[in-house]
Amino acid sequence: MPVRVQSHDFDIGTEVKRLTAGRTDIGAIVTFTGTMRGGTGEHPITSMTLEHYPGMTEAELERVEAEARARWQLQTSLVIHRHGEFRPGDNIVLVVTASPHRQAAFEAAEFLMDYLKTRAPFWKKEVGSDGAAHWVDARETDDTAAARWSHGVGPT
Amino acid sequence: MVRIVYFAWVRERIGKAQEDLELPAGVATVADLIAWLGSRGPEYARAFAKPEVIRAAIDRAHVKPATPIAGASEIALFPPVTGG
Repeated sequence: MPVRVQSHDFDIGTEVKRLTAGRTDIGAIVTFTGTMRGGTGEHPITSMTLEHYPGMTEAELERVEAEARARWQLQTSLVIHRHGEFRPGDNIVLVVTASPHRQAAFEAAEFLMDYLKTRAPFWKKEVGSDGAAHWVDARETDDTAAARWSHGVGPT
Repeated sequence: MVRIVYFAWVRERIGKAQEDLELPAGVATVADLIAWLGSRGPEYARAFAKPEVIRAAIDRAHVKPATPIAGASEIALFPPVTGG
């Protein structure tokens, strides 16, 4: 159950191949990739910096992944989260879950994303086309998304 | 001495990423620490003007404002996280 925090890009195909090579106990692989949005026409975003808390980031992602593996039957899983400088379209985060059947893989991938968004210590700072930088505010909908997993969703 | 580390706009407003501080006797919880830091100067006052939005971690694990800080070696203070 690897967790990686890195500044360089990742390749989804390579990661999935590496994760599942030689395994015959997997019937479902779900991948989620989070990428950088370029903003809207009125508020274009030209670049972004992702700051993190080295040491805690890895620890927190490992805790979140351990929680997913305690709740669902996962044969393997992977979380890669990048930090550093980003342009619109760049990959930010990759979650891969693999299970014997699809439901566990789908749910666990969603759970991992919901939880890491509210717990992994990352902070986004966006730069607009006018050169002004601002820290992105946390969204209440992310807290709501994470909280629903405490109310009996998923296998018990 | 305890190491205090800051991230994102908390770090920018204070103007430093970390510092080692001797805490006064009355500072027992995370909320106490934030209140005390806020009194240390205008840059701290600005960083901690809204203490209710500040999140904290002790030795790299999330904690609540009421968590005691005794025995901590590293306390981090930061805005709500925005990764993913």
